[in-house]
Amino acid sequence: MRYMLMIYGEEKEWEAKSEPERSAVYQACVSYSEDRRPSGFYEGGERLEPTRTATTVRMKGGKAIMTDGPFAETKEQLAGYTILDAKDLDEALAFVARHPLVKAGFSIEVRPFRVGNPK
Amino acid sequence: MGIEEIFRAEHGRILATLIRLLGDIDVAEEALQEAFAAALEQWPEAGTPANPVAWLVSTGRHKTIDRLRRRVRFVEKQDEIAQHIELSAAEDEAPVPEDRLRLIFTCCHPALATEAQVALTLRTLGGLSTEEIARAFLVPAPTMAQRLVRAKAKIRTAGIPYRVPPDDALAERLEAVMVVVYLVFNEGYAASFGARLVRHELCEQAIRLGRMLVELLPARAEAKGLLALMLLHDSRRETRLDVSGDIVLLEDQDRSRWDRGQIEEGAALVEAALLEGARPPGPYALQAAIAAVHAQAPTAAATDWAQIAALYGVLARVHPSPVVELNRAVAVAMSGEIERGLAVVDDIDRRGELTGYHLLPAAHAELLRRLGRHAEAAESYRRALELVGNEPERRHLEKRLRQLRF
Repeated sequence: MRYMLMIYGEEKEWEAKSEPERSAVYQACVSYSEDRRPSGFYEGGERLEPTRTATTVRMKGGKAIMTDGPFAETKEQLAGYTILDAKDLDEALAFVARHPLVKAGFSIEVRPFRVGNPK
Repeated sequence: MGIEEIFRAEHGRILATLIRLLGDIDVAEEALQEAFAAALEQWPEAGTPANPVAWLVSTGRHKTIDRLRRRVRFVEKQDEIAQHIELSAAEDEAPVPEDRLRLIFTCCHPALATEAQVALTLRTLGGLSTEEIARAFLVPAPTMAQRLVRAKAKIRTAGIPYRVPPDDALAERLEAVMVVVYLVFNEGYAASFGARLVRHELCEQAIRLGRMLVELLPARAEAKGLLALMLLHDSRRETRLDVSGDIVLLEDQDRSRWDRGQIEEGAALVEAALLEGARPPGPYALQAAIAAVHAQAPTAAATDWAQIAALYGVLARVHPSPVVELNRAVAVAMSGEIERGLAVVDDIDRRGELTGYHLLPAAHAELLRRLGRHAEAAESYRRALELVGNEPERRHLEKRLRQLRF
């Protein structure tokens, strides 16, 4: 089963960390995930720029309106994502529980990809 | 045994095996319903089969295969289930104990909300109807039905496996299962609201689940501790309330009406749990050991309070909590050192850890009363009365307050 891991964290807190600190966390993540790429378990992932770079588009009065900022103002923001192909939820959760980003204070939401016809 | 009784008693076993064969709780539940309907139709004439469980599993499986063959229009789950059925041969039909173990670990998976874990466990392994579970938890039936539907859908779509967790995760996952079982027990035991009959069914269910864990995971001492704890508490069931529904304190309970069989079984399990388990023992085994000391005392006055205080001391280290500390304080006081116990109660009060918990001023009042300091005791009883929520407990505190002379 394929799962998407949505990684949330407080941007301000992250940006307050020193450059070597952030770099160490990032390097730990890369090796943690890349170790499991050859088996096909880790399919890939990417980081996102902070929410201040976001633009949200909504329909208003029959017109697509663009606004500066994220879809919702929240305490923690989406910082990136990872895609896994795991045997089941337990395998995905075991990977997430030991993830360097969780240790660094991020929260990770695990969602299965929808398969089959739209509901 | 009648058909209904077999259905009730073997529900968990049959459903667990059908889930393994069919790969889905909903499909397995439907299969079980069909098998049961077939039994109601055929058994009265043909006689009850030699092995009713095997008959129901086999009939449920075949009914499902027929149903899927008849279905023409596309159904989302169909392919997956058809595949499952093809893979499972007829000789797989024999229920194996592991089926129920797999099922309880699935129902109590930490990815499900606790209330959903409780409902699913009672529904699938306990065989309780949605209405019965709703009534027991004072939730409208449609709400409970929705909760079950959502939980089952999450198991399916999020890929929660039907599997006994691997050894490195077993202890932690078993802990979650035991939390659910003990929650079911306490829900029944607290008896602070609702019809007592319905609530006792919950205690029985929890004890049955506890037995199942001990039977299927014999190497896990903590499961024995949990079963012992439930059996020992439940042995006093008949004497905890008087005819008008008022609380009868442990020291005033009629010990001749305690269930001796359950006490003996519980005490033997505690011993096994303490002997086989980790050092120091786990919280269930320790609480069970405390309950065993109470249960085995021939009279309230003969209670070995020093031993109870020592056990609470260990529990406070293993599982530190202000409630455990309060219990230790009471045990210390009861062992004859009332002043020392009172000092511990004062300490907890000063730290403000149990603010709003009525049993703190209630214990304070009780110790002061025993020391003959009735004026101070009255003040604490009044504080407890401001906080108490449960009616029988309120009446008990009011009675104590009236009895004071100052």
